[in-house]
Amino acid sequence: MSPTNSIKTFTIDGKPVSATESETILDVARQNGVNIPTLCNMDGLTSTGQCRLCMVEIGGSNRLVPSCVSKPEEGMEVTTESPRLLKYRQMILELLFSERNHICAVCVTNGNCELQSMSQRLGVDHVRYQYLNPQFKVDGSHPKYEVDHNRCILCGRCVRVCDEIEGAHTRDLRNRGINTLVITDFDGPWGESKSCTSCGKCVHVCPTGALAEKGKSVAEMAKRRQFLPYLVMRRKGASK
Amino acid sequence: MTNEELLEIIEKENADTAKYRHRLGVCTGTGCMSSRSDAILKELQAEVKNRGLENEVQVKKVGCLGLCAAGPIISIQPENIFYREMTPEDAVSVIDSLDKEPLREKMIDTSEPFFYRQEKNALSNAGVVDPERIEDYIAMGGYAALIRAITEMTPVDIIQQILSSGLRGRGGAGYPTGLKWSTVAKVSSDLKYVVCNADEGDPGAFMDRSVLESDPHRVLEGMAIAAFAVGASQGYIYVRAEYPLAIKRMRAAIKQAEKIGLLGQDICGTPFNFKVDVRLGAGAFVCGEETALLNSIEGNRGMPRLRPPFPAESGLFQKPTLVNNVETFANVSSIISDGGKWFARIGTEKSKGTKVFALTGKIKNTGLIEVPMGITLREIVYDIGGGIPNGRKFKAIQTGGPSGGCIPAEHLDTPVDYESLKALGSMMGSGGMIVIDDTSNMIDMARFFMEFSMEESCGKCAPCRVGTVQLYNLLGKFQQGEATENDLFILEELCDVVRNTSLCGLGQAAPNPIVSTLRYFRNEYLEKIKPSADQAKEKSQ
Repeated sequence: MSPTNSIKTFTIDGKPVSATESETILDVARQNGVNIPTLCNMDGLTSTGQCRLCMVEIGGSNRLVPSCVSKPEEGMEVTTESPRLLKYRQMILELLFSERNHICAVCVTNGNCELQSMSQRLGVDHVRYQYLNPQFKVDGSHPKYEVDHNRCILCGRCVRVCDEIEGAHTRDLRNRGINTLVITDFDGPWGESKSCTSCGKCVHVCPTGALAEKGKSVAEMAKRRQFLPYLVMRRKGASK
Repeated sequence: MTNEELLEIIEKENADTAKYRHRLGVCTGTGCMSSRSDAILKELQAEVKNRGLENEVQVKKVGCLGLCAAGPIISIQPENIFYREMTPEDAVSVIDSLDKEPLREKMIDTSEPFFYRQEKNALSNAGVVDPERIEDYIAMGGYAALIRAITEMTPVDIIQQILSSGLRGRGGAGYPTGLKWSTVAKVSSDLKYVVCNADEGDPGAFMDRSVLESDPHRVLEGMAIAAFAVGASQGYIYVRAEYPLAIKRMRAAIKQAEKIGLLGQDICGTPFNFKVDVRLGAGAFVCGEETALLNSIEGNRGMPRLRPPFPAESGLFQKPTLVNNVETFANVSSIISDGGKWFARIGTEKSKGTKVFALTGKIKNTGLIEVPMGITLREIVYDIGGGIPNGRKFKAIQTGGPSGGCIPAEHLDTPVDYESLKALGSMMGSGGMIVIDDTSNMIDMARFFMEFSMEESCGKCAPCRVGTVQLYNLLGKFQQGEATENDLFILEELCDVVRNTSLCGLGQAAPNPIVSTLRYFRNEYLEKIKPSADQAKEKSQ
C-alpha cells in the first residue's frame, strides 16, 4: 500500500469507521450519519475551527479537539456527544446569543436560521448571560442585498466563500475581540464596492439573517446552498 | 571573519579599555532613558571634554543595570561603584569625585542580596557592554561560540549540547528547546526559517525588551547558531513596535554583524548563509502566540492558526520554522561555549539554568533580575526584592501575566520552576512578577487582567471573544457588591468553558487570574455577594 493511500480505522461513538488521509473526523462522521454540531464549517470551504461547537472528546485525553480540522488516528476513540460536550455547546450558543441582537421574531431568516435551529436542537431555551446589546448600523447600500451586523456571529463563511469560491475577496474583518466586524473592501458601503461581483454567495452561506436579500420580510429569507457542492465538484473535475 | 580576526578585535578593545583610569557606564535602558539618562550621558561627556580627560576617563552607554527602582544609574569601573538617581546636574560632582572620596549619599550598596543572590547568564553583558558597538560584545567573548559552532561542530553536536543543557523555552510554556530544534532539523525543506519572538506583551513584563536593548548581539548570535543547527537561512525578529529603542539597537546590531561577516553570505568562509530581518508588531498581544505571529509576519491578520501542523513542520510561508523567545536565544551562546553540562548544573531537576524576571508592583527593588531556577519566591521577594515598602504586608505574587495566576503567602517557599508554579495554578510565563500588598483587592486584580484579555482577544473563536467580555462584566458586579450566588456559579462555569474550548493559548489561559484568585482568595468574592431578599430579611430580624 502506498503511503498516500493509507486508511485509518477508528471509532465514532463506538461505531467502527474508516478515513482516508485527507479526511477529518467531521467528514467521516457525516459520511456515517453522525451530525456533529457546527456553525462555521461548510462543505466546500476551508475549515477554520472557530465556532468551537464541533469539539469532540478523544478517548484517553481530557483535551477536546475541533473535529472539523482534526485528522483521525488509527485506533482513536471519538465521542461526539456527552454531558460535558452538550454543556459546552449550549454555553457557546448562549454566548453567541448574548453577543449581538438576535431577535428571531423580527428576523428575515426566522425559521431558516442555523443559529436558531442549532439552539433548538441542543435545547438552549434561555440565555443566562447579560445581553451586550451592541448597536451596529445596517448597510443597505447594495441594490440587491443588505448586511445587518447585529445578526452576525462572525463565523467567517462569507469572507471565505468570497475569497475561495468567487475569488473576489471583497470581505474581510476589522477590529478585534468583541468589536470584530465583517467589512466590505476597505470598510466602505457595500453598494460602492468595486470588487464585489454581486454574486450573492455570501448571502446564501450566511448561517443567520446578517446577510439577506432585499425585499424579504420576516421569515421570508431562505438560504440556497446547493450551489456550493456543485461548484466544488465542477472545480475538482476541472483540475483533474 | 575567522577566530584570529576575532582575537585581533578583542586585543584592540582590551588595549583601548586599559588606557582609561576610570570607565563610566550610563544606563541607557528605556527605564533610565525616560528619566533623562541620555542627558546625563551628554553632560558627563561634555564635562570630561572640558577638563581634557578624554584619554583618562571613558564615558559610555551601557544596557540595563537591573535596579530600575534606583534609576538612572551610572557605574564606575574599575572601582565598581554604582550611583543611584542621577540627574544631569550631578555630572560635575561625579567627575569631581573620581580619584577622591565617592559620593556616599548616592552610592548603591552592592553588598545587598539584590546583587549577590543573582546569577547572570542571559544578562551577563547587560550593564557592561555598549549595546550599540559590536566590538564591545566581541571583547566580552561574543561571537566566539558562533564561530566555534559553524567551524568545529556539526548541527547534530549543537543540538546535542542544547538537549543536554535541559534548556526550556523561556517564553512561558517551557517546551524543551533542544527537542524543538531537532524537530525542525529533521524536516527536509529547501528553505527554513528561524524566528525570534520578541512580542513581549504581558503587563508588567520587560525582560525581553531589556535583553534586546542591553545586548542585542547575544540574541543574534543565538539565532545564528540555531539557524546553523536546524538548516535555516533566513531569520526574522518579530518585535513589538512599542519598543523603539530595542528595534533601533537590533537593526544597528544586524548591520554591524553583516559588515564584519558574522551574518550574511558564506559566514566565516563556510557555505552557511544567514540573513536576519526585523519585523514590527502592530500592537496585538495575540501576536505573541507563535502561529498568530507567523500570520502577522506573512502580512496577514494576526490571528492564531490551528495546530497541527506545528510551525516546526509547516510554519512561516508553509516552511519549517523554528520559533523561540528572545531569552531562549540569549542563553544559547554560553551553552555552546561552556557546554550543556555547565548550564545544566544550575537549577532543578526539570528546570535548568537561570531565568530573567521583571520584578514590579509593591516591592522595594523594582527591576530586572536573573536568578537560578529553583530559588524560592520568598528569596525573590524578601532578599532580592528587598521586601514590601511602607510597612505593608505581602499578599500575593502574580506570575505569568494575564495567562498566569496569583500565589499567596503560604506558598512563598515554593521553588521557582515550570512544574511547581503550574501546580499552584499559575505559570512561569515569560517572567513578569507583580507583587501585591494588602492594600490591593484580588477582584480588582483579576478584573484588570480580564480587561486586558478581553481587549486583546482577536475575535476568531466565540468562547474567548464573548466569554472574556462576560467574565469581565461579572467581575464588575462583584466589585460593586451586586453579585448573587448564581453569578458565582456562572463565573466558574464560564471560566471552565473558556479554558477548555478556546482556540489558542490566549483564550485557554485567560480565566487563570480568576481561577487562581478563587482558589486562594475565595472569601473576597463571597464577601461581595449581595444577600438575597430572604437572607437580608433574616439579618434584619
